[in-house]
Amino acid sequence: MIPRYQTVLFFVLLAASIIMGAVLWQLRDRAEQRRLQAQASTPTQAPQVAPAVQATLMVANDVDDSMQERIFSLPLPPSENARARAILGKLLDLYAAPGATHPVEGGSSAIAQVFLKPVNVSATGGARGRRAANAAAAPEMAVVNLTSAFAASHPSGIETESLTVLSICATLHANLPQVTEVRFLVDGQERLTLAGHADLTRTYLTAEAAPTAVVGAAP
Amino acid sequence: MRWSEAALLAAAISLPSMAQAPAAPAARFVVVLDAAHGGDDTGGHSGNWTEKAFTLALSVRLRSLLQARGIEVVTTREQDETLAAEQRDAIANHAQAQACLSLHASLSGSGVHLFVSSLAPVQPARFVPWKTAQATAVARSLGLAGVLNSALGQAGLNVTLGRTALPVVDSMTCPAVAVEVAPDPGSGVTATESLNDAGYQAKVAQALAGALLEWRQDGLGESVHDVSRKGARAP
Repeated sequence: MIPRYQTVLFFVLLAASIIMGAVLWQLRDRAEQRRLQAQASTPTQAPQVAPAVQATLMVANDVDDSMQERIFSLPLPPSENARARAILGKLLDLYAAPGATHPVEGGSSAIAQVFLKPVNVSATGGARGRRAANAAAAPEMAVVNLTSAFAASHPSGIETESLTVLSICATLHANLPQVTEVRFLVDGQERLTLAGHADLTRTYLTAEAAPTAVVGAAP
Repeated sequence: MRWSEAALLAAAISLPSMAQAPAAPAARFVVVLDAAHGGDDTGGHSGNWTEKAFTLALSVRLRSLLQARGIEVVTTREQDETLAAEQRDAIANHAQAQACLSLHASLSGSGVHLFVSSLAPVQPARFVPWKTAQATAVARSLGLAGVLNSALGQAGLNVTLGRTALPVVDSMTCPAVAVEVAPDPGSGVTATESLNDAGYQAKVAQALAGALLEWRQDGLGESVHDVSRKGARAP
């Protein structure tokens, strides 16, 4: 004779097993649906690999306050904005690498966006506007939007901040000669300085970006 | 405005020039020392080391050396306080100094970095834009940087020279150079230990003081005001 409580327990466990089985079946169905949806949004064509082209990077050196021209072969996108961002990303990757001549944390993720826009010659007026107009057929201004994390982690100092700013300007001009002016934003906002020293409120002329010795070499 | 008020105003405006005309200006040599950062603005920092404390210590040390040599010194700050760039420039420009040094420090690089404003030089004028006032003095700033470079080099310090956009320096009307002291490359210690080394600080301060003495002796630091006064006296 089976006790009554064992019979009740048997049926309770049986019911629990059936319910758990049903829930498991439903979860499996949902997972299958998600997998199918993900497959539907996957591009059907393989991404095109951009052809490698030569890019000139003006790499800063803290030791002698100089910039050295280095040429890399990089796969660059056709869009000029994306191309400028990719080149600057490579430059900052070099600075973030161990043993860099100009160590700065951040790497390519420090460049949020780069926008190129025509230089408004009439608005700038005066010598600067005329100089820009003469430099190329359609002079452009590059607006480089840096991340606040990059600015916060950048070493503080006149030399190191100036080299970062000037090497970005010189690299842009070396690869996109029509870029005659550069302005900097941090997280889309104007900022007084990069890390306490280099002025980010001004417009930098790429022609003046090379930091050469001004009054002779140190003895 | 009534005619009497206008006449009074014109007389008031002309009074200073009338008072200055007969008296020959006294030869004075003023140096402005701007200890960068301060207060909430620490500048560069690492552990217990802060740029604001370093620049203040260097400013005090250099002021003592210059005053001992009979040079009049104006400092932008004597304690740990927050000063806006405009306040620093106002102090420097009001002093009508023959040399202005903006003192900085950095844990990056090595030796002493000298920076002159990257503004293109322009002729002195009665009114100049505040943000680009240094353009009238850039030529003399380059000369001052050359003298500083020579003195620091003779002291055995590694010197690099450059031009940059620095808001405080760009608004100064005096010959101005930003002096950034970086770790001594030959010290063999960490960057902060090198900058905290009293001997290294004294060496830099001595070299800067010697350079400013030479700047005064060579008579190269004439201010815009001195030049205009001399021009007015010329037959």
